[in-house]
Amino acid sequence: MEKRNTSRLFTREIAIQAFFDSFKKLNPLLMVKNPVIFIVGIGALMTTVIISVDIMNGHFSSFNFQITLWLWFTVLFANFAEAVAEGRGKAQADSLRKSRTQTKARLLVHGKEEIVLATDLKKGDIIICDAGDIIAADGDVTDGIASVDESAITGESAPVIRESGGDRCAVTGGTKVISDRITIKVTSEPGFTFLDRMIALVEGAKRQKTPNEIALIILLSGLTIIFLLVVISLPAYFGYSLKASGISSSHNLTLPVLISLLVCLIPTTIGGLLSAIGISGMDRLLRKNVIATSGKAIEAAGDTDVLLLDKTGTITLGNRMATEFIPADGFTSEKLADAAQLASLADETPEGRSIVVLAKEQFNLRAREMQSLDTVFIPFAAQTSMSGIDLRTPDGHLRSIRKGSSSAIRKFIENNNGFFPENVEEIVSDLSGKGATPLVVAENGQVMGVIHLKDIVKGGIKQRFAQLRLMGIRTVMITGDNPQTAAAIAAEAGVDDFLAEAKPEDKLARIREEQANGHLVGMIGDGTNDAPALAQADVGLAMNTGTQAAREAGNMVDLDSNPTKLIEVVETGKQLLMTRGALTTFSIANDVAKYFAIIPAIATFLYVTSSGAAPLGVLNIMRLNSPESAILSAVIFNALIIVALIPLALKGLNTDRFQLTGY
Amino acid sequence: MNDAIQLIIFLLVLIAIAPLIGKFMAKVFMGENHIMKPVFGWLEKMIYRLTGIDSNEECNWTTYLFGVLLFNLYGIVFLFLLQMLQAFLPLNNENLPNVSWHLSINTAVSFVTNTNWQSYSGENTMSYLVQMLGLTVQNFVSAGTGISVAIALIRGLTRKTADSLGSFWVDLTRSVIYVLLPLAIVLTFLLVGQGAIQTFSHSIKATTLQGTEQIIPLGPAASQIAIKQLGTNGGGFFGANSAHPFENPTPFSNFLEMLALIIISAGLVFTYGHYARSKRQAWAIFLTMFILLAIGLGVSLWSEYSHNTVLNISGNMEGKETRFGIANSVLFSVITTVTSCGAVNAMHDSLSPLSGMVSMFNIMLGEIIFGGVGSGLYGIIIFILLTVFIAGLMVGRTPEFLGKKVEAFEMKMTILAILAPSIVIKLFTAIACSVPAGLATLTNAGPHGFSEILYAFSSAGGNNGSAFGALGTNNIFYNMMLASGMIIGRFGIIVPVMAIAGSMAKKRITPESSGTFRTDNWLFVMMLISIILIVGGLTFFPAMVLGPIVEHFLMNLGVGF
Repeated sequence: MEKRNTSRLFTREIAIQAFFDSFKKLNPLLMVKNPVIFIVGIGALMTTVIISVDIMNGHFSSFNFQITLWLWFTVLFANFAEAVAEGRGKAQADSLRKSRTQTKARLLVHGKEEIVLATDLKKGDIIICDAGDIIAADGDVTDGIASVDESAITGESAPVIRESGGDRCAVTGGTKVISDRITIKVTSEPGFTFLDRMIALVEGAKRQKTPNEIALIILLSGLTIIFLLVVISLPAYFGYSLKASGISSSHNLTLPVLISLLVCLIPTTIGGLLSAIGISGMDRLLRKNVIATSGKAIEAAGDTDVLLLDKTGTITLGNRMATEFIPADGFTSEKLADAAQLASLADETPEGRSIVVLAKEQFNLRAREMQSLDTVFIPFAAQTSMSGIDLRTPDGHLRSIRKGSSSAIRKFIENNNGFFPENVEEIVSDLSGKGATPLVVAENGQVMGVIHLKDIVKGGIKQRFAQLRLMGIRTVMITGDNPQTAAAIAAEAGVDDFLAEAKPEDKLARIREEQANGHLVGMIGDGTNDAPALAQADVGLAMNTGTQAAREAGNMVDLDSNPTKLIEVVETGKQLLMTRGALTTFSIANDVAKYFAIIPAIATFLYVTSSGAAPLGVLNIMRLNSPESAILSAVIFNALIIVALIPLALKGLNTDRFQLTGY
Repeated sequence: MNDAIQLIIFLLVLIAIAPLIGKFMAKVFMGENHIMKPVFGWLEKMIYRLTGIDSNEECNWTTYLFGVLLFNLYGIVFLFLLQMLQAFLPLNNENLPNVSWHLSINTAVSFVTNTNWQSYSGENTMSYLVQMLGLTVQNFVSAGTGISVAIALIRGLTRKTADSLGSFWVDLTRSVIYVLLPLAIVLTFLLVGQGAIQTFSHSIKATTLQGTEQIIPLGPAASQIAIKQLGTNGGGFFGANSAHPFENPTPFSNFLEMLALIIISAGLVFTYGHYARSKRQAWAIFLTMFILLAIGLGVSLWSEYSHNTVLNISGNMEGKETRFGIANSVLFSVITTVTSCGAVNAMHDSLSPLSGMVSMFNIMLGEIIFGGVGSGLYGIIIFILLTVFIAGLMVGRTPEFLGKKVEAFEMKMTILAILAPSIVIKLFTAIACSVPAGLATLTNAGPHGFSEILYAFSSAGGNNGSAFGALGTNNIFYNMMLASGMIIGRFGIIVPVMAIAGSMAKKRITPESSGTFRTDNWLFVMMLISIILIVGGLTFFPAMVLGPIVEHFLMNLGVGF
């Protein structure tokens, strides 16, 4: 009982709402979108007319009445499945929508502020948000910098920085400004914001059916037509057989019996659950904080067989870490560590901090206070590619320490008529060969040694890639590193391929190349320069922290901005398709099985011999004692199986238990 | 024991030869060098020169399909006129009158659609000219049409982002002169060697031992028999078909005829394998067909050898030829119905109820267990698409076949192709057993009468051509109903198949990986068999129950029809 809240599929409210919705969905205009259930609905209507006419004529058939009831139940159960799936998605979206519809926006018109409703904002409007304001619409920051609380959509409580220009200019409607003031240019038309699109995707009525779903509906409709042919032709076959057995033709099959037979044979199970599967797939993605802008993208995710992954953040922890001090001839490791630590004291980059920490760990060197007036920190400059420190020791020596790439230090030393030792050269090329980044440290024109900076591959990522490989997905690492470094990291992380020294246009080219070879490519991106590649990829997952351009170009947005999410998205896509396939297979096999219950039962009275033996009695293996009970039990089973499978449709197949490969 | 050895030898020879024929055909249609090129290459060149065909020109699916339909339409019109005017034309040794309009339509449609349903007996209805210039020619080209469509579909499935599917005229020419003609010539000589007749002589008048006068019809039979078998046509020169001693004189000729009627269909499976560059794909299809064949054969043999309560005998020989015996008659009945041949060496009407049901069921599945030349392959590919679509989702990818996505358009066409014969069999049977015209010519009562009607429309819808012969069908009602059934059953599949070929050709090919749904392993074979039985077969269960199944149980209760 204590787990009730977490494991429950839907709340009381959703169930009640879904109950009413399942009646609302009896609207023929909505029903016709689902041909299989529509046919059941027509059948139910016809039997209703038949019993009504019968009652008016003073007859009442309990059998026909029960059939009618269960046919309506079949339709309602199917509607209920869809309504529950919608309800689950909507519950999440609704709370967001509520916060937004009441939001007022401060619209800037000719330099003056006007208070308008958030829903009245149009694309291109300029609005202003101060600390404490809720941002009224999706947009780009055009002026200012602010910290924004995006927990309403991401669930992440730490505020994020949003500023004009660059890759962090996009803001989402419904989020809250915590500090400072920003000017925002609205980038979405009313009704087409992320939230609106997200809500539309889980609402059945507005939902666009995905390509595979459409194809499946065609298949199910086709099967329905085939079974319709069976049922339509059956009275004629029966008529012949009745005549041949010398029975009056008034014993021919009645319309309710034929309708029941049809409903039992057509694939009602998958027909009733199909849209619920689709909606809940969308919903599961939403629970992972990923918004897909179309259902098509989820199917494409399942199909993806090449993933382009950025090295940094996805495969490796964001930053390189110092792991070793390698001294040049004539120096000790400790001396090198000391100098390196000094040179890194003011270096606030993660690499710099990792050097300080490593020196402390290995040689117990403490970070020293640098109060001396003569101490000058040399910050990293793009021109020199170096950083460092100039300080005067207590005994009056001048120490000028620099750290940087080997080429930068060599240039620096040679310019000062120094000499770059050969063994350092060897160390540097050795480290580069291993995929590491060598950082050379020099003091007063003498090369002291090399700091070994290493990319740290995320734990468990190798297993994950192995799993992907089993699923038939190839991973390609994208990195700006040189090919040597890239190869080493690729080997360590277990990716299948890498693209080194990659520029944004290389990404696009690589996607085109893979697609030309027939692959479906998934990628993740955040910057504006990723936008073309995101648009070209079959699955483009944009980070929520990314630019508006990137978010528009991709077909999914990850609200958590977690680069490994792409893998989960692919898994969700696969799960959706598997659930659909499993239920289809089950439905077809299960529906056809009802043949063997019904046909022999309704035909046993034919061709009875003079001795009273019924030849077809042999086939009545279920020993159903009357045709009525055979038909009724099949119809009831047919309706209940839909309800029984709703949880599976909503939760999706547990893919862990199924081996994804081996077919 | 002897029977079992004969069956096994037949099946082994089939397995051994089919891949060889398949490889040969692949070379023919890929335009490569092959052994028949030096022999008949001049003929191919001459045909192209006379007709103005450019052998290098390829076309898209609509043009290809237009060619198929136009050619077949001309075929129907020509054959119709030939019969309507046979009394005025030469080579009419027996002075046969013109054929009735409805029989002419039925026969024209029947031979053009590769069905060869015969509402008549050849020897006393058709002149030598009609048999040779009309029927035999259509035996070649209707088979060629089927092969061409299959080849176009194979190209569609295996070409990458292409528009063209080849040229119908080139494929048709090559299928006739390189595949059908050489095999037919060889088979004709072999059959003549066994005693089949090939002559332009008049009929012989003979006096029997009882002293009555008998007319023994003759004719250029062997050549027509060869192609009726090879092209899965099945229309016999004589009414008795391959049961007639002039058509099928010896057990060895019987063996050759059985092999001939299945070998091209079986071979085409391997042709497909060559195009797809995967022998495994071909073997998967072959195995599926082979298993379904073996199941049917098993049931049929069991039923025939079982005790018949009504006649109180085991191993009923009614309707069978003593020179073939039960095993070879049953084998013939099974393979002539799994393929859309329809030639018979025993009377299917006299088969035991379940054995007759197997024959009927084989046809109802859509003639896809080897099936007609070409039509069997494109028929089973329709079912493969269906299987891939239903089961393929379970690997978590949208369905694909040979690396190409199977989408809404393909599903629509697949459904149309499955519906076409289904409409004919179910609805036309329903119509025939509801109207007096349909019941008027019924000679058997009870479920067997129903089976006869059901068999007739199955045969028409499946383009098979065999029959439960007691039903009189040479009347306006049946001739017209069956003719429309044959047209729907043939072109109702060819049109969607060509559309699929065209649409698949345009798609890109996703390279195979471990995430691909495999269509070349045992699991797939089992799934394909299940889908064929469920979708293709089980929808006929109610009809079967009211026909052969109830007849079987009645027989066990001692009631016969």
